[in-house]
This record gives sequence, structure tokens and C-alpha cells, in this order.
Amino acid sequence: MSTENRKLINIATAGSVDDGKSTLIGRLLYDTRSLTTDKLEAIERNSKQKGYDYLDFSLATDGLVAEREQGITIDVAHIYFNTDKTNYIIADTPGHVEYTRNMVTGASTSQVAIILIDARKGVIEQTYRHFFINNLLRVGHVIVAINKMDLVEFDQQVFEDIKKDFEALIEKSDYTEDQVTFIPVSALHGDNIASGSETMSWYQGPSLLEYLEDLEIDELEDHGTARFSVQYVVRPKTDTHHDFRGFAGKLYGGSLSVGDDVTVLPSFTESKIKTIEFFDQQFDEAVAGSSVTITLEDEVNVSRGDMLVKSSELPKSEKQLSATICQVNSKPLRIGAKYILQHGVNQVLAKVDSIEGLVHTDFSGEEAAEQLKLNDIGKVNFRLSKPIHFDPYMDSKSNGSFILIDEASYDTTSVGFIQ
Amino acid sequence: MKNIFVPNPKEAESIQIIREVAAQFERPVLLFSGGKDSITLVRLAQKAFYPARIPFPLLHVDTGHNFPETIEFRDQLVEELGLELIVAKVQDSIDQGKVQEEKGRYSSRNSLQTTTLLDAIEKHKFDACIGGARRDEEKARAKERVFSVRDDFGQWDEKNQRPELFDMLNGKIHQGQNVRAFPISNWTELDVWEYIKTENIAIPSIYFAHKREIFERDGMIWTASEHVYREETEEVKEKMVRFRTVGDMTCTAAVLSEAETLEEVVEEIRASTISERGARIDDKRSEAAMENRKKVGYF
Repeated sequence: MSTENRKLINIATAGSVDDGKSTLIGRLLYDTRSLTTDKLEAIERNSKQKGYDYLDFSLATDGLVAEREQGITIDVAHIYFNTDKTNYIIADTPGHVEYTRNMVTGASTSQVAIILIDARKGVIEQTYRHFFINNLLRVGHVIVAINKMDLVEFDQQVFEDIKKDFEALIEKSDYTEDQVTFIPVSALHGDNIASGSETMSWYQGPSLLEYLEDLEIDELEDHGTARFSVQYVVRPKTDTHHDFRGFAGKLYGGSLSVGDDVTVLPSFTESKIKTIEFFDQQFDEAVAGSSVTITLEDEVNVSRGDMLVKSSELPKSEKQLSATICQVNSKPLRIGAKYILQHGVNQVLAKVDSIEGLVHTDFSGEEAAEQLKLNDIGKVNFRLSKPIHFDPYMDSKSNGSFILIDEASYDTTSVGFIQ
Repeated sequence: MKNIFVPNPKEAESIQIIREVAAQFERPVLLFSGGKDSITLVRLAQKAFYPARIPFPLLHVDTGHNFPETIEFRDQLVEELGLELIVAKVQDSIDQGKVQEEKGRYSSRNSLQTTTLLDAIEKHKFDACIGGARRDEEKARAKERVFSVRDDFGQWDEKNQRPELFDMLNGKIHQGQNVRAFPISNWTELDVWEYIKTENIAIPSIYFAHKREIFERDGMIWTASEHVYREETEEVKEKMVRFRTVGDMTCTAAVLSEAETLEEVVEEIRASTISERGARIDDKRSEAAMENRKKVGYF
């Protein structure tokens, strides 16, 4: 089977330092036979060195020297495995309090989130935070893995109590009940990870892997309207393609077809799609996620940063923005500060007009704030040098998000979700 | 019937990244080793800008200890696609006294490449180097960003990396800094092989099973060559082998294999139990070998 026939699932994992997240991932790799002999040997060697009488799967994922020394994960690590049906990418993000930044980063590319709960501890502040971030970023599916069931004698009541506590959180979120799935697991022993659990016969649902394998491609996509952002203008200027002017970019949401009436933003010029090309082939239609090249019927002026949309589906075009901001840099965001705002591949200048408030990540509301510090989440109003052409984040992840770049350091300081 | 283009998500992502490099930087370059990952990059770059030519040159850091098959392949590819090739030689860095040849049993020019690469970046004023590194290769690489900012000394500050949100890439840098861009970050070894097969991409012959003079050391198969140090007690034999990864001779071990076609190679990879970098002698030096090399500018 070729890669093209497999579906791709990006998963964000989040959890506290010691609730067994790395063990769970290691177990998934082990059970899908994704750990190679030399990696298994390294795990065995390291486990022995540390005096464990079991295999410490967490060693399969903890990458950097500092982490191996501290025994915790401190940055986003990417882990790859596959089954016959699916390619998986796990963004393993740390659960420590000050690392909201990394959780947001991991969640931004994921369609599925796994939230781990230690069965002995139940829903804790961390759980609120993780769920809040998944809710903010609209991660499509949340799996609540209630782990270490072996340490609570695989007791159904423990599972049910935690589930009930968590359901109170769902009510405060934008999630519907069917987007959140509860699975009792023991990562150390493998219960309900790749296959079911003999000891927890009271649980009738799918194992973690079974649940993921059954997700349909349609359930994994961000549905929206077609937005084609132009990255590069292709002008070969060769004898065979002398007059060729193609607009290379990526299509987000929906689809575009040859003959569609399109509007070029920001100029609002109208034209029709003449060809949709990929390498040396032409197509009638391209669907979301395609990196293609489009040519237009008319000689219109299109450059990098422009967007092609169907003329009947124009986005909002505004110079004022309200957005939820997550601060991902140690330099705080303050009123009056100027940034480079990157929306897709388009850049404009932005000035912080006002900070409406700091949002509590436990669903308990907001408070007034003068600034947003690293890992803070807040509501901010901006004024822009030029209008951007956006959809609310609720309707389109790709066209409703942006990053802020510090004008002096060029660091990425913030990520924004447009209201 | 309507002819609908349905993307391969990993290919689409890589093409998007390559286009960002070409658009955001003034003088990008593609680091070309002649290995399967950099060959895949060339195909992706071809697709990204078709029908125009690839708008950046290739840079080959030549240790002088390459497999001749790789060099032959490189020159042919460059000619076919009408690309510009820049070769930076480790031998020149040695002659200039900037690096010293390693001595002894495990001597290799692999780590000397870093100096040659950094000099080439400075000389040609490259502001972005596109590399074929993949996060699944090695655990320090699992933390690498798609756009990885390096300072004047080529150093990687792994604790202070720019977060990458969604697929927005921030390539803004200051004078003297440069970016290492990794378009196939999210591909696995199997993804690469399946792609080479689906796309029918030509690769150097040493990736397929062939008879070769080899000797065994530390459970690995080394190429018998004037460039590779060998004890007299280490006996040279002829075996059917192939290479899973292609660095230079001193740091690439072969595997016993009968796989002579792409289909057989893909099957072998799928069934394999030794990970790819397990055949890289340079990583075996210590647990933190890759991370330590990356910090000083290795790609």
C-alpha cells in the first residue's frame, strides 16, 4: 500500500510530568511494532542501567540530553508510526505549568488530542488547562485516557467518577459530547492501548488505537470555504513556456475548479480559473490541502501574499482585529506595541490597541490585564497597516489564525485566533 | 469524468515549505549529498516550481571519501535538470589548516564537513540551506523546527527555538544568521522509499544489492577502501550488500541484502527491524552524538 492511500492523523499529547504520557506513546510504538531492534535494545539497556524491572518506554520519546537528565519532556517532540491504514504523527507536548506555549504549538497542527489523567488523581488543574487549549484551538477530537488503572485495581467506579467530573468541563466548552471519548487504560501493561483489556471487561468501547483507526478522513478535515494563498509566482520565461504565469500556493478548505469565478485579494480583481496544475499534469479540480499552481484567464496582477477566493465566498476584509492571543515568547505583549503580523503568508504591521482581558485557562472567566506574559492567553484588539482578508477562527483554522513577529528580534512572539 | 487532484498530505506540506524558502530568502541553497533524502528534495523542488526551473543551486559538501557511484549520479542529475552545482571540498578545509584529519580506527571526515559547510555558507552568502533531515531519523532531530535559525557560527540553540504554529513559517533573520530548512521533517524512511517507488525516481546504484568488498567490525559492515581504516586482522570478504543511507564511506555501514529492485527495497524496509541510523557509525559514538554535533552547526 502506498503512502497516498493512508490517511494522516496528527495527534497532540499532553499530560503532567508523571502521568505516564511517554510510557503511553512508547507502548503505542511497541504494540504497533514501530520500535526497531536497535531502539528496543537501547531502551532495555537504559532501563537496566536505571535498575527498573520493566521496560521504560518513556526513553523512546525523551530526546534531548537535558531531558534525559531531568527525566521530563521539555519541548515538542515528534514521533512517527504507521499501521496499514494510517500514518500517525504525535506531537508530544509537555504538561508542565509554564509550557502552555508548547501545548498550543502541538495542538495547532493536530486533529486529535489525547489528554491523560492519572486515575489516582482524577481531574486536576492541568486537565482543565489542556482541555481549554484544545477547545481554544478547536482540535476536532479529544480522547481522555484515564491511565494507571492498574493502580486503582481496574475499578470501574474510579473511571466513571472521573468521567463525570470531566463532563462538567465539556459543558463549559464548545465541544459536543460526541467529540470527547473516554478510555480507561494502563499504558504500562498495555490495557486498551492497541487492543482491549481482559481485566476491564466492564469497558465496551474501543481501545485507543481502534478509535484512531476508525476515524474517517472527512472527520479529520477542517471544513471551510476555499482559500488559496499565493506563495510564489511561477514565471519560467523559457521558450516553451514563454508567457506562463502561474500562482503557486496551497489551497485551504473547500475546493476550486477550472472555470470558477475568483476574486484576487487585496485588489478585488475578478477573473476565472484557467488551469489547475500539479507538476506536469493538469486537473479539473483541486481539494483542500493541495499545493498546486493556478493560472487565470486574464492578465491580472497577482503577487505573493495575495489570496484567490471564489467570488461568491468573500472573506472579511478589515483593518481592525479582535483576537484571542497566546503569548509564546518571554517578551510580554503590551498596549501600544508594534508587530509584524503574519496571516498565512501575508505580512502587515499591527499595533496593539487594547487588551480586553486575561483569560483564565480553567474556564473560570477573565480578568483585566495590562500585558500578556509568556504562556498567558488574552483577548486583544489590533489596528493594522493594511486590511487582511480573514475568516473567524471558528470557521477556518488556516484563514482565522496569525502569528506576531517582534520587529527587533524577529522572534515569533504570539499566536492569534481571530474572533 | 472529472479529473480531481487529491494531494498526498506529506508531499503537499513539503512543497509548501520549499516555496516558502524560495520566497522568503534571497539566496537559498539545497544541500545535496547524493543520498535518497536529498534526491527526494530535488524532485519536490521540481514539482514546487514547475514548469520553471528550480530557483536555487545545489551545494555538495564533498568529503573526498564518497562512493564514486554517488558522484556520478550527482553530475548526471544536475545536467539533466539544468541545475547549478556548487561543490565545497573538505580537502580544501584540511589544506587551509582549518580542520585536522582524524586518525586511527574510527577516523572519518564526517564531522569535518561542518567547517567546510559553514565556510561555503559564508563565501556564497547563503541565507537558507534546505536539508533532507527527517525528525524520525534520530531523537535530537525529533525536536528540530522546519525553519531552524542558526547564528553566525552555525550553532543550534535547541532550548530557544521559535515555536512553529500551524504551517506559518517565520524566516525573518538578521545579518549573519541563516536558516536551515527541512521540508521533509515529517517523513519517515518508509515514506521516502514509497515516494521514490511511486514517483519512479532514479537513485544511485549503491542503494540496491550488489557485490562489494567489505569487512566486519563491531557487528557492522564496512566498505573495504583506501579511505577506510582497517586493521590487518579485519578480513576482507565479498558479500551481497546494499546501503540504506549514504554518507561517505567512512561513516556509512552496509546491510546484507538481496533487494535488487525498488519493490524489494521497500519490502525490506517495511519488514526491517534495525532503524536507519543504526547503520550510521557517526551516531554510535555516544547517546548524545547527534545533539552535540548539531549544536556546533552540523545539519
